[in-house]
Amino acid sequence: MAENAPANALPASLLEAVGLTKRFGALVANDHVSLAIRAGETHALLGENGAGKSTLVKMMCGLLQPDSGELLYDGAPIVFPDPATSRARGVGVVFQHFALFDALTVVENVALGLAGHEPLATLAARIEDCVHRYGLSVEPYRRVGELSVGERQRVEIVRCLLGDPRVLILDEPTSVLTPDESESLFRTVDLLTGEGRAVLFISHKLDEVRRLCHRATVLRGGKFIAEVDPKTETASSLARLMVGAEVPRTPRTVTHQLGEPRLLVNKLNVAGDGSRGSALHDINLEIRAGEIVGIAGVAGNGQTTLFEALSGEKPVADQEAIIIDKVAAGGLGPTERRALKAGFVPEERLGHAAAPDMRLSDNVLLTTHGDGAIVRLGIIHRSALLARFQEIVRRFDVRFGGKDPKARRLSGGNLQKFVIGREVLREPVLIVVDQPTWGVDAAAAAFIRTTLREKAAEGCAVLVISQDLDELLEFTDRIAVMSEGRLTAPVPVAETSREAIGLAMGGAETGGAQTGGAHASGEGAHAA
Amino acid sequence: MPLRLERQENVSGLRLALAPLLALVFTLIVGAVMFVALGHDPIRAFGIYFVGPLLDTYTLQELVVKAGPLLMIGTGLAFCYRANRWNIGAEGQYVAGAVVGSWLALVTHGTDAGPWVLPAMLVMGALGGALWGLIPAFLRVRFGSSEILTSLMLVYVAQLGLDYLVRGPWKDPDGFNFPQSVTFDANAVMPLLMDEGRLHGGIILALVAVVVATFVLGRTLVGYSIELGGSAPRAAAFAGFDERRVTYGVFAVSGALAGLAGIIEVAGPIGNLQPSISPGYGFTAIIAAMLGRLHPVGIVVASLVLALTYIGGEAAQISMRLPFDVTRVFQGTLLIAILAADVMVRYRVRRVEGTSHA
Repeated sequence: MAENAPANALPASLLEAVGLTKRFGALVANDHVSLAIRAGETHALLGENGAGKSTLVKMMCGLLQPDSGELLYDGAPIVFPDPATSRARGVGVVFQHFALFDALTVVENVALGLAGHEPLATLAARIEDCVHRYGLSVEPYRRVGELSVGERQRVEIVRCLLGDPRVLILDEPTSVLTPDESESLFRTVDLLTGEGRAVLFISHKLDEVRRLCHRATVLRGGKFIAEVDPKTETASSLARLMVGAEVPRTPRTVTHQLGEPRLLVNKLNVAGDGSRGSALHDINLEIRAGEIVGIAGVAGNGQTTLFEALSGEKPVADQEAIIIDKVAAGGLGPTERRALKAGFVPEERLGHAAAPDMRLSDNVLLTTHGDGAIVRLGIIHRSALLARFQEIVRRFDVRFGGKDPKARRLSGGNLQKFVIGREVLREPVLIVVDQPTWGVDAAAAAFIRTTLREKAAEGCAVLVISQDLDELLEFTDRIAVMSEGRLTAPVPVAETSREAIGLAMGGAETGGAQTGGAHASGEGAHAA
Repeated sequence: MPLRLERQENVSGLRLALAPLLALVFTLIVGAVMFVALGHDPIRAFGIYFVGPLLDTYTLQELVVKAGPLLMIGTGLAFCYRANRWNIGAEGQYVAGAVVGSWLALVTHGTDAGPWVLPAMLVMGALGGALWGLIPAFLRVRFGSSEILTSLMLVYVAQLGLDYLVRGPWKDPDGFNFPQSVTFDANAVMPLLMDEGRLHGGIILALVAVVVATFVLGRTLVGYSIELGGSAPRAAAFAGFDERRVTYGVFAVSGALAGLAGIIEVAGPIGNLQPSISPGYGFTAIIAAMLGRLHPVGIVVASLVLALTYIGGEAAQISMRLPFDVTRVFQGTLLIAILAADVMVRYRVRRVEGTSHA
């Protein structure tokens, strides 16, 4: 509502959104949202997925035009018809998904984004300059394809900073960073605001928001909820604002006995496909019935390759390298592995776990076609399919509009509940989940974690690959770390710490036996 | 002021269904302009084109005779296009099927071999078309070459091969040096369905193909794997469907149906092998498949509409001295209009305010 607009008394509002509204069909993505960023402050934009953060940011940089409401820049109304204009006026954005060409060097990538024809040598010098000033550590002549995700992000930040922005918008910047890399990003942000620049910091990690930001605007369901001082709030009070209710914590109750090994990985080696460092070296892992093992690590260190080797999308030559429920399965395809009662949930929901343009009921068939109940003699039994579909929807509380919409129309959390439910109802003895709660709202995330815990309690072996360390610390039993295609030996959660895992994520030579951490920081991002 | 295409998330089924009708109306408007430009009364021209053929039992039969190969080929193409495999070479597979099937008719010519000849010809025609279709499939799977280009190029290879055969080894020795084979024996031609006219058994086979295809595409795991592979290849791999097998499968099916249509046409209305055995059925069937929304039943309707343009075109050639190319223009306009209507339904054109500099 417009009357919720933050007090306008302070004169130093640099960029201000006043009552912005944006509709997409029947969905009101932003409903009279207001937000004011002052010079020299780090302002957090907090909200669940689907709260309208992205829409707001896109309107603030000209990627989307508001249906109503206006932007004020230096106190005067302004319209940004496109991102080029906003950039020229001093509003820079670093999006979650980078727009960089792997085959080009850093300086070439930066040059592509600039108007005019600056010689590469002088541009490189400018980059060096900027890098030193803000402690960003980027080498101008390296090829982007060789850079880690954190380095790529720094390239994007440098690219923005070369335009000398007054407002810098960072969209979920730490979601792809190791704890160490996050720390250095925070230092850079402090330097920037020290110079009088404003930073809009979008995140749902409450701890870092409380540490870094001066003010925070909370959105929920497309509406402005509150503007608070995060330093005086607790993580749980912020979480309540974001979610609108208490967030349940996943109970960790390991009362059951561990059983037979359900997944054995023996010296799994996979050659990389060239440009990316996605090769796997000597992966060993054992998961027994009843336990949840987590694999931590920064994206791009071989997790996708590991998932595809486990799911059978990319079978391996060595049949014994992967043993599912005592059957050597290295060379088997996905359908044959599912026949061994294994279930897989890939990271990408749309396009990998589900076909975006097919109906949800047809997406049930994706992993259940080999189970014998729904498809017999090659013929699809529609009534059995619909029955299974409705059971998934009911038991896993999948919400959507219409009777049977296309998968693309579901929200991330609901689609993930569907994808997890689809596997759970197959009664698997092994579930491999890649990023179980990535981009999922807190309530759905808690539900998904509880579901996986329950399955483990029933004797299922669960492997969770996640970049969210807090999540792994919260609900897994043992954690291994993946770095540059190698996997450390899993360590019981109680015997490790964020710091030890963070070091291993950064590739430190730890041998995986980091057990010195005094406290097992199970304190999740969502509650305290 | 630049324009931008934006994907629309909620496209209603009604709008999707209306798009082909919209395309038809647009084609008629373009046609009217064309007739006026050629100096003809558009009302009279439309009468000859689209109404005349419907008033006469002979032309009604002809309509079905022409729709038969279109819907048979178009049904096969639906397999390919649903799988996102763009087989543009059905015309070549049609010719290949006709040639391979005709071989049997020619070697058994004058031997009174028995009633097995025609069924064997049909099987061989289907096999010939399937093999011809598997070539672009193999090239794509093995070397990653574009099936659009290779399948199209193979059309010309097949046509020139046919041309060589009927001017060379397969030429009728008593044919006054005309480039054509002997007329097929009675046991090598399609049975007629009526005493008068040219309506033959091919339409029954075509309708059988439609029924089977409707079932396979809509109700079986094979159909599902085709659809999924075309819609989301990575999800299909995750589901455990082998992309290569799907590629071979859909090309084999569409090639077989095109080849079958080819041998039926040669063994039916034509009666012998000639340099030109198709008024572009293999290409027009692409339009039929798209206009019919890749659904076999829709393709039946679309094929009848397109057959009408063939018959009307013939009538207009005779009574208005319009070149047959006008029919091609109609068909081409229709395809462009369908594709454009699809974009318009699924996307929204938005005008981007202000300047946008690089």
